Amino acid sequence: MTARQRLWLFGIAMAGLVACYLWAFAGLPGFGDYPGPYGQDILAHAVGQTNATGVVSAINFEYRGFDTVGEEFILFTAAAGMSVVLRRLRGEREHEPVEPPVDKARRRSLPSTSSSVRVVTLVLVGPIALIGWWLASHAQTDPSGGFQGGVLLATAFMLVYLSGESLAFRRLSPVALLNAAEAMGAGGFAAIGLAAVAQGLPYLYNFLPLGRIPGAVSSSGTIALISFFVGIEVASAFVLIVGEMLEQTLFFRRVRQEGRGS
Amino acid sequence: MQVFPFLVVAWIVAVGLYGMVTSRDLIHQIVCLIVVQSSTYVLLLAVGYVTGGVAPYFSDISVHAKAVDPVVQALALTDVVVEAAVTALLLSFAVQAHKKFGTLDPHDLAEFKG
Repeated sequence: MTARQRLWLFGIAMAGLVACYLWAFAGLPGFGDYPGPYGQDILAHAVGQTNATGVVSAINFEYRGFDTVGEEFILFTAAAGMSVVLRRLRGEREHEPVEPPVDKARRRSLPSTSSSVRVVTLVLVGPIALIGWWLASHAQTDPSGGFQGGVLLATAFMLVYLSGESLAFRRLSPVALLNAAEAMGAGGFAAIGLAAVAQGLPYLYNFLPLGRIPGAVSSSGTIALISFFVGIEVASAFVLIVGEMLEQTLFFRRVRQEGRGS
Repeated sequence: MQVFPFLVVAWIVAVGLYGMVTSRDLIHQIVCLIVVQSSTYVLLLAVGYVTGGVAPYFSDISVHAKAVDPVVQALALTDVVVEAAVTALLLSFAVQAHKKFGTLDPHDLAEFKG
């Protein structure tokens, strides 16, 4: 199929899609008039029932906690899938990174990381890790939670890499430790649900004391605890994913041209 | 302006799909897929908006304040996580395709069959 034919086919498909979209759109409630009874019901009861003032977290980790288990395991599976897809192929071998790295596209050598970039990124590592930790542990009060906090925690590791310390990044993120942390995060979430079952309660039932003050850090029972485990899981999954990608560029090079197409 | 957010959604989908169809680079194609998926965030948040509603966080406002639908916001969060997972996997497939066939152009890759 030529590029032109492809574009024509795309145009016809798009026309159909636009027609269907307009048809569906005609049946949508207008912007700002959403009648969703489920959301309004949760809004009316969430703070009273869970002592969490962050209702989105209350939904994620309590009302729809079972969906979030699935969501977390999607990330878990993606990290595992990447290490399977990026396994060492035939004809590949590991070697030490080329110093300085070579920009093949433009046939010039890259300048090494400047000291100002190094200093700024390394200075930022601490504050970013702190903010990530703060977000992961405040799901019950503010717009935050394990997912957001975990990504920021992983960013702290990325900054070490950005500062040019690619070997330090590798030392700081040993794969065995990250795998254990990831398994602990994902397993911890599932285990909290099972702990409720062991007491004869429904899976993921909020069985911990809810605290007295809505929105206090110690309030909301399992919501805060689950968010903490999710934070660990997300942080280690992202460091693993980025580490896999970096390893591809830093430590592996295709060495056998005849391996092509095999 | 009632329809504006929904037109934005349609536009983001169309732009992303056009990019995917005409792309000559797998990485570019994956980024276009991310663009298509980001339209779902706009759609979810637009659907759940309630006129005059505040964010569903009650740490410093009355519990009875009118707020936007929190369920779609939780869905948007799920959406972001799934997108990250999908992107990571697709990028690793692109890395392997480049290693195996020495190209990232989908037109050339089609000739390799496997």
